[in-house]
Amino acid sequence: MKKTVISVKNLVKKFGSFTANDNLNFEVYEGEIFGFLGANGAGKTTALRILSGLSSPTSGEVIVAGYNAKKDPEKIKKNIGYMCQKFSLYSDLTIRENIMLYGGIYGMPKTLIIKRTEDLLDKLSFHEYSDRLIADLPLGLKQKLAFSVAVFHEPKIVFLDEPTGGVDPITRRQFWEMIYETANRGITVFVTTHYMDEAEYCNRVSIMSEGKIVAIDTPAKLKEQYGAKTVEEVFIKIARPDNRPHPLPSPSRLSGRGGNWVGIE
Amino acid sequence: MQKVVEASGISKKFGETQALKNISFEVNEGEIFGFIGPDGAGKTTLFRIITTLLLPDEGEMKVLGLNSKTGFKELRKNIGYMPGRFSLYQDLSVEENLNFYATVFGTTVNENYDLISDIYSHIEPFKKRLAGKLSGGMKQKLALSCALIHKPGLLVLDEPTTGVDAVSRSEFWDMLKKLKQYNITIILSTPYMDEAMRCDRVALIQGGQILSIDKPQKIKEGFSKKLFRAKASEKYGLINALRQYPETVTAYPFGDSVHVTFINDKFDNSIFMHLKKMGIDDAIITETEASIEDRFLELMKKA
Amino acid sequence: MKRFLGFVKKEFLHIFRDFRTLIILFGIPTAQILIFGFVVSTDIKDAGVAFLDLSKDEISQKLSDKICSSGFFKRTEDLFNYNDINKILKRGKIKAVIIFEKNFGRNLISENKATLSIIADGSEPNTATLITNYITAIVADFNRELVNTSGAGAMLVQPEVRMFYNPGLKSHFMFVPGVITLILILICALMTSVTITREKEFGTMEVLLVSPLRPVQIILGKVMPYFLLSFINVILILLLSWFVFGLPVKGSLVLLLAESMLYILMSLSLGILISTVSSTMQQAIFISMIGMMLPTILLSGFIFPIENMPKIYDWVSSILPPRYFVVIIKNIMIKGTGFLYVWKETLILMVFTAVFIGLSVRNFKIRLE
Repeated sequence: MKKTVISVKNLVKKFGSFTANDNLNFEVYEGEIFGFLGANGAGKTTALRILSGLSSPTSGEVIVAGYNAKKDPEKIKKNIGYMCQKFSLYSDLTIRENIMLYGGIYGMPKTLIIKRTEDLLDKLSFHEYSDRLIADLPLGLKQKLAFSVAVFHEPKIVFLDEPTGGVDPITRRQFWEMIYETANRGITVFVTTHYMDEAEYCNRVSIMSEGKIVAIDTPAKLKEQYGAKTVEEVFIKIARPDNRPHPLPSPSRLSGRGGNWVGIE
Repeated sequence: MQKVVEASGISKKFGETQALKNISFEVNEGEIFGFIGPDGAGKTTLFRIITTLLLPDEGEMKVLGLNSKTGFKELRKNIGYMPGRFSLYQDLSVEENLNFYATVFGTTVNENYDLISDIYSHIEPFKKRLAGKLSGGMKQKLALSCALIHKPGLLVLDEPTTGVDAVSRSEFWDMLKKLKQYNITIILSTPYMDEAMRCDRVALIQGGQILSIDKPQKIKEGFSKKLFRAKASEKYGLINALRQYPETVTAYPFGDSVHVTFINDKFDNSIFMHLKKMGIDDAIITETEASIEDRFLELMKKA
Repeated sequence: MKRFLGFVKKEFLHIFRDFRTLIILFGIPTAQILIFGFVVSTDIKDAGVAFLDLSKDEISQKLSDKICSSGFFKRTEDLFNYNDINKILKRGKIKAVIIFEKNFGRNLISENKATLSIIADGSEPNTATLITNYITAIVADFNRELVNTSGAGAMLVQPEVRMFYNPGLKSHFMFVPGVITLILILICALMTSVTITREKEFGTMEVLLVSPLRPVQIILGKVMPYFLLSFINVILILLLSWFVFGLPVKGSLVLLLAESMLYILMSLSLGILISTVSSTMQQAIFISMIGMMLPTILLSGFIFPIENMPKIYDWVSSILPPRYFVVIIKNIMIKGTGFLYVWKETLILMVFTAVFIGLSVRNFKIRLE
């Protein structure tokens, strides 16, 4: 029996009259690599904020790592890790300082921080770099380090935003191996991305469109179901279901949100 | 066929960092030419040299028949450039942005409307909206319209599809294809290997050097070994197990499977026995076609 | 030309679309004038003054009565020798001591000239300035009466002001010239440098550079709108200070406006120069604020008199253009002097402008890096 670490039931999030998340229902299991896909403005970021305890649902029940997103967002934050492509590490601190800092932020005991820091430096063979500033590291190393830091406190779930965008193919492979290894340890990996070839690496993916989840399954099954060769084809077929000639959210949807509907995605 | 860009021996250094090392290539008229490579490969630096924004330390760059150093004034009238961050004025509306770029390049929106109509019609219903409030896909289309408005002979697009969703990206590529009828040469860059197939010719670039230049199909075919894909429910275990198999040359994750090459370009039953010993009993191995990314990996390892 | 106008139009759109820019442009000057004005224009009423009358004649008596009957001052104490001045000022009860020199009345009649000294408590500079201004005004009024009644020649009581604790404090209230000086350099330098670096930061500068726009068109296009708006600002400040505080321009208004234009131009070219050396808005703001605003406030003589500064600050301040504009504007607005008295400062400002423009054009790159 798979253990559920994220459970979302009837999640609705509204901003004024605009519904960013329209009755979402899904579960994510322990040790799973889950791809969370959607077009620009589909409501992914809104959902992600709720899952990570940064925002409260308008209605519905969201349980993450055993805690209710409405009542215990602080406890959720302690049990998740987060890495986004743009920023995660302080570029004017050294590798060691960054690792120690994050350990401290998550309230880990000092001896444990020191021990795990050494373990991590060993694992990444980063010892020779450990006192270098992040700014001086090549992109690939930064990316790997950012991921390691995000799971440094052994969270139940780690959220990754376009984790391998823009890195070279070799680093990318190494990165995915790190993700597999992490998932193997029982940490759930929740990936949001625009790049459908990243989605191919996930165990299961969901595709959001206009605030709703329109598909959720393994990449293989989705491809089979939609007669597509790649997840990208599936995505293009269903992410904009009405296949408008104008690939835009409809004007009525926009007007309700005042000026900043882009803010949700 | 006329050459739109002729680069020979281009090198550029920033302080200690060698951004470009002795790069040479040619782009033909009417071609969609893609530079495929990760962040930091030198794509942006190269594009800035093409667009006369930077001078190379060594080598010569000829664009539209003009030297990019001495002929920059003339060149700047004929290049449409879309930098990595869509260069739009966030506090101006869609319409105002387009009008502004039209005036700056000494033309009007009406004059070249037919050129951009396909693209601009997507965003025209929102022409009063501020550019800062557009979604990624719409910004991308507006930036492309702005770069095209003066009907340039050469269109230079630096990572035009970064941060844009798959549907918009796909539409974007369709638009570029349509531009071919106007005989506009397009140079673009992308970190995403899967986009290479959409170009007429591509250059794989890494660490300031070009690894390979050819038609995408030819580049794929350049993969030197037979490639196999292996699948099993336990992927992480599968990768490790495959690597321990003595016949394996390379094994790395690729999408939902693992790409493997073998010493003699073939495998036999012993591999399944090996995998079983390692606890993997549901493995399937089939031959597969190498992708650009596989070839890129191979070239990177050689370099 | 069409290109250029299109560019200028775009700049105006930026300005009018951004509420914050408008506030900085027009809100801050208004607020500063009002704050400075009201903070210091608290009326003096029955301020305690002490008299040291070394002459004790009819005229000195008459003048001291006039001062005390004005309603602004109250005779708190009469002193008998110089030593008492120190003591009484230290007690802090009185704001100023007025001293009539020996043979005050006789000097006035025989030499048509007599001296009255005012020693004010400079620890409260604003009040002190105000008090000395009031007394000086009363004395001037008294002089006029003297001329009218006697008819003979010009008999003058010369007030001689000295500051206790803070000697040398300027006798003219300076906030309007100071605010104009500060606001103009702030708006011009800050705004232009920010709008140019913003284009760099958002990547739009790359496209502008690749376009056929010439650098000079970009620079002028950036400068034009702010030149216009700053000029409107000068007029706004002058009108405000006139209507709210009744401070008229004593000298030639045309000259004042012309000098303001020169100063605006200088500040704008400084802004461009700042933008050519900074690559982010943050840097530009930092340089403009810390590098320009603070020195202007502290060292231009706007608040603290340059004469009292250690020599080194004097030198530092001599490379600050605001210093010269403060002199120019003070002369024209308050003293009412003409161009002959400010030509030197004007020339210096012109040199600054030329140097800044020259450096900007040299630094403004037609390429990146």
